[in-house]
Amino acid sequence: MKLELRGITKRFGSLVANDSIDLVVEPGEIHALLGENGAGKSTLMNVLYGLYDPDDGEILLDDRPVRFDGPGDAVAAGIGMVHQHFMLVPIFTVAESVALGYEPAGRLGIIDRRTARKRVTEISDRFGFDVDPGAVIEDLPVGVQQRVEIIKALSREAKILILDEPTAVLTPQETDELIEIMRQLKAEGTSIVFITHKLREVRAIADSITVIRRGKVVGEATPDTSETELASLMVGRSVSMAVDKDPAEPGDDGLVISDLTVLDSRNNVVLDHIDLTVRRGEILAVAGVQGNGQTELTETILGLTEPLQGSITLDGKELTGTDVKSRLRAGVGFIPEDRSTSGVISTFTVAENFILDLYDVEPFARAGTLRPQVIQDNARKRAEEYDVRLRDVDDPISTLSGGNQQKVVVAREMSRPLRVLVASQPTRGVDVGSVEFIHKQIVAERDNGTPVLLVSSELDEAMNLGDRIAVMYRGAIVGIVPGDTDRDVLGLMMAGVPLEEAQAQAAVHRTALAAADDQTEEAP
Amino acid sequence: MSEHEDRGRPEEEPQVPEEPRGRADGDARAPAGAEARADGEPEAPTGAEDRADGDARATAEEPARGTRQPAPGPSRSAQFVRDLLSGSWLVTVLAIFIALVLSGVLIAGADARVQDAAGYFFARPTDMLGAAWDAVSASYTALFRGSIFDYQATSFARAIRPLTETMVFSVPLVFTGLGIALAFRAGMFNIGGQGQIIAGAIVGGYIGFGMNLPVVLHLILAVLGAALGGAIYGGIAGVLKARTGANEVIVTIMLNNIAVYLIAWLLTQPAFQQPDSNLPRSPYVEATALYPTLLGPPFRLHLGFLLMIAVTALVWWLVERSTFGFELRAVGANPEAARTAGVSVSKVIIVAMLVAGALSGLGGSAQVLGTEGLLTAGVAASYGFDAITVALLGRARAWGTLAAGLLFGALKAGGFLMQSTTQTPIDIILVMQSIIVLLIAAPPLVRAIFRLPAPRPGRRQRSVLEAQEVAAA
Repeated sequence: MKLELRGITKRFGSLVANDSIDLVVEPGEIHALLGENGAGKSTLMNVLYGLYDPDDGEILLDDRPVRFDGPGDAVAAGIGMVHQHFMLVPIFTVAESVALGYEPAGRLGIIDRRTARKRVTEISDRFGFDVDPGAVIEDLPVGVQQRVEIIKALSREAKILILDEPTAVLTPQETDELIEIMRQLKAEGTSIVFITHKLREVRAIADSITVIRRGKVVGEATPDTSETELASLMVGRSVSMAVDKDPAEPGDDGLVISDLTVLDSRNNVVLDHIDLTVRRGEILAVAGVQGNGQTELTETILGLTEPLQGSITLDGKELTGTDVKSRLRAGVGFIPEDRSTSGVISTFTVAENFILDLYDVEPFARAGTLRPQVIQDNARKRAEEYDVRLRDVDDPISTLSGGNQQKVVVAREMSRPLRVLVASQPTRGVDVGSVEFIHKQIVAERDNGTPVLLVSSELDEAMNLGDRIAVMYRGAIVGIVPGDTDRDVLGLMMAGVPLEEAQAQAAVHRTALAAADDQTEEAP
Repeated sequence: MSEHEDRGRPEEEPQVPEEPRGRADGDARAPAGAEARADGEPEAPTGAEDRADGDARATAEEPARGTRQPAPGPSRSAQFVRDLLSGSWLVTVLAIFIALVLSGVLIAGADARVQDAAGYFFARPTDMLGAAWDAVSASYTALFRGSIFDYQATSFARAIRPLTETMVFSVPLVFTGLGIALAFRAGMFNIGGQGQIIAGAIVGGYIGFGMNLPVVLHLILAVLGAALGGAIYGGIAGVLKARTGANEVIVTIMLNNIAVYLIAWLLTQPAFQQPDSNLPRSPYVEATALYPTLLGPPFRLHLGFLLMIAVTALVWWLVERSTFGFELRAVGANPEAARTAGVSVSKVIIVAMLVAGALSGLGGSAQVLGTEGLLTAGVAASYGFDAITVALLGRARAWGTLAAGLLFGALKAGGFLMQSTTQTPIDIILVMQSIIVLLIAAPPLVRAIFRLPAPRPGRRQRSVLEAQEVAAA
């Protein structure tokens, strides 16, 4: 089916989220919609899916204008959508999930499970999805859950599939499988709209690329456009994708973690005998699919979680058994993975957030009393230094964009003398310009001789910044490898494959993304 | 969804706010946990070059806001505190206005003449309207005369006595209201004002009548004792919450009941009874332990009023300016972030409840060492519950609570004269207070009635825009 959007305009109040966007997706084409967070990609897709009424413009399917009053209409017309956050009920089986909202009910309104199962098996077999219709959703890996979402869309005879940031939650190998699935769907004639901000994937999969910035189409591109070119289109100015850093000059051991074991509240082992050493002047990146113990690792270092056994020493001094405050005072800098829940207090002012963990030390407080003037001056100074765009330091921090909020967190943690920096997902949900800046700051901190433990579920980030990379899987360290290790090897390790085996496998089978890597390396 | 599972669901770029959540789309919605997490991460690009992006996203988020599931943030109480603090003064004033209008309707409806005239309303509607006007204006005039200034009084002292009565009634309300407001700021619902007043009154009262001490020292000790009694009583709830996670609402309500029966039992014990009497009344507090009156007879206004103003200032400093207040507000707004910043959340919870209890205990001292002068089972009257309303009306801020306490003191003082001169039942005052609270707790309702714009999204949008204009410049 051919999809055409003509002059789609969507305004919210006086502001224009989509400004007369034109987009043509040919039948059987994989069309990438590339843009930064907030560029208007999702708004556009929500218009297409019938969730928003466009203020202007029209949608054409096979050259016939259509109007959707809701997702039901869109689904009936053959449009399927796989959301970034899956819309699945964890306790349902695959068959039930697929049937939900489209129940093949028999007499008395009883759901015909057999038909539902049959449909799942049919689609699963046709595309080689390998999904058991009887499996319960919460037991399935994320990659398979995503396939369930795709099956759901296909079972409603979707001719156009919208995938919203589908790779955000996948390991490289799972991504590779998804790419394979997308190619099969394409071969069957399904058109795919693929929303992403990851340049590498776009170049590996897409047939054509539309770049959106500030709600407008700013360019069309082909897969052979270079990443740097795509990035500048996306951001609107030239950006350097690679991180400039000199080789690390590691010194003494800074942070030493040995035999660290942590249980969660249900007594499941979440950290399994972890041994890690971060030396002064190096960045140790911890890679891995999210939820494999990285969160617990950083929280245990800060003291939010007490370990069952093992030790954490900083410059030879034991940290375990002390509280969070004394660890902060001992020079632990901490950039939490979830800015909104742990990094900032959204109702507090920008100035207050700049001193969130320094509120009771000189010069910000004296004799138990805060000194608003000093706190404000500090905020103005740091905001300037770290290029935080704000109107007034006394505004609530929620008025700042995500990137600027994150800069506040980074500035706060780096503005005091550090003995170690623990940075967890430091650039999550941050615009490209700020990513570049934050990366530079982290490298600068390393060059000052601070040991840096960087946790990132973005493999690119771990590879760009890490001098060494430790891969975590199910609470254990699979292996620690040099920063320039092959992407496929890392990907396999992220799935729990030990180093040697991963190297052997990677030598045999190259994923699409790694192949793209190879090309890039050959190009210059 | 449990925390564990939540973590198990990886997500990278939370870009969700663009997605309209309110509309059902026939798909199974993800469980609340996943959405809440994503919502918690509003994402806006910045800077000159990204300006329109910011526009797109600031707006894209708005439509979702109204229909989104409530309390997506770290906790329900944090959300409540946020709403409470962000409410505008206009809403407060309008809420009081509506309460006066609705109470007026009730006053008219309860009036015998109005009821008579309603019988022949269609023959002579002016009769009923006139009667209604008379009833309402007479009641509100009496309310004013009873609480602020009695212009019909024969002497100046009598004319201003109502105002001093208002001040007297406000003292326990403000003290206890401050205790509840402070707990609100720490993210806790302290419903235990009543029990804490009683606990304070018991200790303060016992020191007052059971001991013989020199003049100044006796009062100081009795007041401190009252604060200590309240602090211990509030502290129980704090410790239980911090150590075991017990819900402070339930604990404080139960503690209220315990306090009510504790004082009833104590007043049957010889140590707490007037000699040669079987009545459940304590001996009178020694004159050395009473708050001295400020103006002398016939005024009841006592030193507790000045103490109340000083304590209000102290609470303001403690919450808004002290480092402990920073911790307290951080815990109230986002306990997770507070913990990450090195704040001991359980310490804050315990200390906050100790201080809140001490403030309510001071409210008890105002009763037993001030207006009442002795301990009875009804020493706390309903101040502990009225104070919740006072704290809400004062938006959990120190000076706001003081103002709200004065208003409620006025309603209390004026209610008596209103009842005696116009036969308007004093229960109307309770209705009035309840309507005010209902409207404060439901700002959207007030906004809807007066067609006010929703304050937060608008302000936020403006700020984001202005911020970007600044950046662009």
